[in-house]
Amino acid sequence: MISLAGRDILHSWSKFVLTGFGLGLLIGVTLTMAGVYRGMVDDAKVLLTNSGADLWVVQKDTQGPYAESSSIKDDVYRQILGLPGVARAANVTYFTMQVRHGDTEARTMVVGFEPDQPGEPGYLVAGRRLVRGHYEAIADVKTGFRLGDRIQIRRHEYAVVGLTRRMVSSGGDPMVFIPLKDAQEAQFLKDNDAIIGDRARTAANPAFNRPGVPGLLEAINASQSSNRNVNAVLVRVAEGISPDSVAREIRRWKHLEAFTREQMEEILIAKLIATAAKQIGMFLAILVVVSAAIVAFIIYTMTLGKIREIAVLKLIGTRNRTIASMILQQAMGLGLIGFAVGKIAATLWAPAFPKFVLLLPADAVSGFMIVMVVCALASTLAIHAALKVDPAEAIGG
Amino acid sequence: MDQGIHIEGLSKRYGAGDTAVDALKDVNMSVAPGEVIGLVGPSGSGKTTLLKCLGAVIEPTRGRMTLGGEVIYEQGWKIPDLRTLRRDRIGFVFQAPYLIPFLDVTDNVALLPMLAGRSNSESRVRALELLEALDVAHRAKAQISELSGGEQQRVSIARALANQPPVILADEPTAPLDSERALAVMRILNQMARQYQTAIIVVTHDEKIIPTFKRIYHIRDGRTVEEAGEGREIS
Repeated sequence: MISLAGRDILHSWSKFVLTGFGLGLLIGVTLTMAGVYRGMVDDAKVLLTNSGADLWVVQKDTQGPYAESSSIKDDVYRQILGLPGVARAANVTYFTMQVRHGDTEARTMVVGFEPDQPGEPGYLVAGRRLVRGHYEAIADVKTGFRLGDRIQIRRHEYAVVGLTRRMVSSGGDPMVFIPLKDAQEAQFLKDNDAIIGDRARTAANPAFNRPGVPGLLEAINASQSSNRNVNAVLVRVAEGISPDSVAREIRRWKHLEAFTREQMEEILIAKLIATAAKQIGMFLAILVVVSAAIVAFIIYTMTLGKIREIAVLKLIGTRNRTIASMILQQAMGLGLIGFAVGKIAATLWAPAFPKFVLLLPADAVSGFMIVMVVCALASTLAIHAALKVDPAEAIGG
Repeated sequence: MDQGIHIEGLSKRYGAGDTAVDALKDVNMSVAPGEVIGLVGPSGSGKTTLLKCLGAVIEPTRGRMTLGGEVIYEQGWKIPDLRTLRRDRIGFVFQAPYLIPFLDVTDNVALLPMLAGRSNSESRVRALELLEALDVAHRAKAQISELSGGEQQRVSIARALANQPPVILADEPTAPLDSERALAVMRILNQMARQYQTAIIVVTHDEKIIPTFKRIYHIRDGRTVEEAGEGREIS
């Protein structure tokens, strides 16, 4: 038996291909939306992986340093280093800001870290690591900065000496790594007018400016303009030690919060990007419904255009299942063309997105199956219309 | 007459009660194998209703129908699968050819044997034989849109003959054609009726072809009257 659907598609292939192309762009958008969500999850995981930590120690009763703000003193890490099972501990700061380069700006997450400690970028794609104590930076390639660029962070200029890749915040902002001391200063540094104002207010306070206590005012001013805070301490535990047990000790004895990798993933994925994920989920659901409606409309219209032929086919003895199969195969064919176009389109345009779009093969397989199911369901309306056609319509009168 | 198609006392009523319409009233008709008869009458006389009853598309209200010696209707259909009956034992030729536009000429004809379960190659051989007989074999691979109106009608006749049905129902097959082409179609129908021993009923009100019938059934207000036709030879 010849394939009626195949012959119909070949007969009007241009209509099919154009329709499939339009549908494919919609499917491409759907796949890209899924890829955006996967990218967000991957960004969060990469952020944790690249930090090289087993534990994140943050301010008590907070879920910092990514989901909430956290502030702890920069000498806390020494106490943590003294705990059993801790191999390494290092301070880090994170803050998001617009980093200027010439006339342009890039939204970045600035990371303050200590070289050769947890928190430093995992690998470089160009340049070198930081060797000076101040005013050098390593940037993610997504910032658009290049080696040798001089970028402005607060009031200081930094030379980009290294480039890294896939170092982004949970929000997808590319990272710029600078020395910890610089980052501490940049995070809490006030502008000159504010400093002068603060000093004047302190000097006007008789409690701080006692004639009989030389050096007191200078000491208070110095403490006001320096910052001894960091956002978190990244901890690497010794081999064979359970991060959970170390986290328990930190919570118990240091009055700090400590999160393991699993807990941090839970915070980032289930809490931090949960709303965005729901937003994308809504878009995906709407796109699936819209795609189904479009396929249903196209197949229904195409079927209505063949009512007379269907009546003739029924009159000459074609079984209902043959006619239903023809319409179903056409819907599936349309879905197949649409999926192929959508997959190619999504693959081509994904790298152009500012944030990471991760197109997983498993999502493509699921997407393909969903497209086929949606097309099959969408064809039921047309099949219903075709099966209702009276063969008597083929006979005039 | 055992073969061919015979109907006795066939009636068809649409609706019920005060709004009931008797479209056919005790119609009798016999068409022998190899015979071509005309069924003529004005619009609304019941021609199409009779054709639909004969084609097992609508169910008569009462009467009796035999096809090829077998009773197919008597107080209800006697054949459980009317689709198969239409496919294997009734050929249809329409006013417009109604060929399947996405199949080529050969496959339009071969489709019926294929639907009947014959192999693709066997069906195509059969289709080519019929196209040869109808003088359109040279267009066997053409698309339907590439054919002239006359060629399309010949292909539709070939399709009607594809499963060698004992009867062909032709619904105004010459209506859109000029005299010359209309007579050509009638010549082909007569030739095919003789060659394949098929009973052919031609519903028409085309004055050009009425003189070619040897027997004519006039239908008016749902009743048929048989009369001899001129049986004019078609040159």
